[in-house]
Amino acid sequence: MILRGIGASEGIGIGKAVCIREQKLDYSMVHYGGKNVEKSRLQDALARFEEKTNRMAQRLSAQVGSKEAQILTGQIMMLNDPFMQSQMQDAIEAGQCAEAAVDQVCTLYAEMFAGVDDELMRQRASDVRDIRTRMLAILLNSGGMDISELPAGSVLVAHELTPSMTVGLKKENVVAIVTKTGGRTSHSAILARAMELPAVLQVRKGTEQIKDGDSLIVDGSEGIIQLNPDQQTLSQYLKKQAEFAHQKARLNVYRDKETVDAEGRHFSLYANIGSVTEAQTALQAGAEGIGLFRTEFLFMDRQNSPSELEQYEAYLAVSRTMAGKEVIIRTLDVGGDKAVDYLGMEREENPFLGHRAIRYCLDRPDLYKVQLRALLRAGAEQKNIKIMLPLVTSLEEVRQAKRLLECCKQELEAEKLPYDKEMPLGIMVETPAAALIADLLAQECDFFSIGTNDLTQYVMAVDRGNARVENLYTPFHPAVLRLLAQIIQAAAKAQIPVGICGEAAANPGLIPLLLTFGVDEFSVSVASVLATRAHIHQWRASEAQAVSQEAMGLSTAAGIEGYLYSAAKR
Amino acid sequence: MVSARVKVVNTQGLHMRPAQLLVNALSRFESEVTLVANGKSINGKSIMYLMTACLKQGDEVEIQCDGADEKKALEEAVALFQSGFGE
Repeated sequence: MILRGIGASEGIGIGKAVCIREQKLDYSMVHYGGKNVEKSRLQDALARFEEKTNRMAQRLSAQVGSKEAQILTGQIMMLNDPFMQSQMQDAIEAGQCAEAAVDQVCTLYAEMFAGVDDELMRQRASDVRDIRTRMLAILLNSGGMDISELPAGSVLVAHELTPSMTVGLKKENVVAIVTKTGGRTSHSAILARAMELPAVLQVRKGTEQIKDGDSLIVDGSEGIIQLNPDQQTLSQYLKKQAEFAHQKARLNVYRDKETVDAEGRHFSLYANIGSVTEAQTALQAGAEGIGLFRTEFLFMDRQNSPSELEQYEAYLAVSRTMAGKEVIIRTLDVGGDKAVDYLGMEREENPFLGHRAIRYCLDRPDLYKVQLRALLRAGAEQKNIKIMLPLVTSLEEVRQAKRLLECCKQELEAEKLPYDKEMPLGIMVETPAAALIADLLAQECDFFSIGTNDLTQYVMAVDRGNARVENLYTPFHPAVLRLLAQIIQAAAKAQIPVGICGEAAANPGLIPLLLTFGVDEFSVSVASVLATRAHIHQWRASEAQAVSQEAMGLSTAAGIEGYLYSAAKR
Repeated sequence: MVSARVKVVNTQGLHMRPAQLLVNALSRFESEVTLVANGKSINGKSIMYLMTACLKQGDEVEIQCDGADEKKALEEAVALFQSGFGE
């Protein structure tokens, strides 16, 4: 049987289920001993809570680091909050026993946190619930949960992994974590990643069917759990587990290395991101910059377009996260295929050939100027933002965008608002038209970034989503490769940097060609950063050149792809 | 009473860590400290209220301090906000 959730920590864990049941913390039999007795019981419990928590924090700090331990010391401060304290005192004054006071007040705060519109803060609700459970356990003398004595090879199955529970976690006995709640940014997820334990969270259906001792395979990369798998599935996953461990060990070596080829020639290795929070992930993954920041997320799933301030804050946040590193931000790339109702875009017969991206934006200066102003302003502080125009087909489009940008600068000047006066402006080269006039465009752009996904689609005249023709969609086609070489040469001749930000940038078969053509920057998905760095490290310029020459001499996509895979270094 | 206006500069807003630092710092003073932001008054010594107020990057906050050591308390609070709580 297969259960699904969110893959929150990569890897594959295979073991036996240990289900953590919620403790029964029933205080209905506790007699109210009078306010003085109850108050002193509460004080004693608070002191013990603090002592226990400090001890746990020390252990956790030694295990995974002080940052995770701060989660626990934070709990002490939360419980000592003067408001929370006086509310508990009030409850006791009103005739409640210490247990009831703790229960009521904690539940109230947990609900308060659960209701706020900030994801990070909502997770504090789990801290308050943890405080409640542990305080009640102390008051009722019910021992509490100790998972440090679990047998080796345990898969922890719980409703929620509380910070105090994680203290007992040891890699020697726990091989994976499964929870019913929690997201990628929850404590559980952060700790699981810090300890490199595979974890699948938010398994909404089926956790109750897992019994103690059941065999489980937890695939934290895919977010899948196999419950009591058959022999064949098990051997498949054992193989996958070994591959994962091998790959990880191999790639980890590259985390803090420079991106250089076998002879030490340097290339920039950036990441493609589609949200503000991904910038942090990109940085952790070893990215040296952002080669493509898609701004559509700011415009989707809402009733009206984002204000200049809102956009400014999003761009600034990424710019700050990447301080000292480049951030290439692509302006709005929407078309009739993406439902952004309030933009009033018409449904079109052929949205990919229609009124989209730069074409639409230039016709909506009211909307476009808001974005350009936000970008210019966001660049004032770190001076690391570059603007990239999508779907350019002509010089006029570049010139028109530049005029709008100039107009925004004058406005900002008049309003005495700080902005980056020198912000570079480049284009995404992703249409055959732009590719064929790359020499002309290079005269008026500060940089190029080749979007190989769309370029391939437009060159091959193929809809990737159409199963009948998708086999024609291949970046190995000589037409696509010749264009790539031509665009890169045009950029080199005009002495402007050229990057590549489509999936082709991470394709091991194409890397020797891209190195030979003279790409300056590779921008890949966050998950591909280390693998791409590893591939670049393998090549000497002369070897890459020989492979490239051989490939460019072949005449079919299949021939080139077959050859490049045989030549690719593993 | 003394007061001053500051802005939240931290990217993730006034989350747990900055809130802890602020409460730690302010608890040493006798003065009462109130933060006024987004139309709400928040007790500056309560971590629970600070966190549930969800102050975000860019939010304007008026810090009001009232008591014997109000000037020092205000100075310290302003410095913490401006430094981005060391982040």
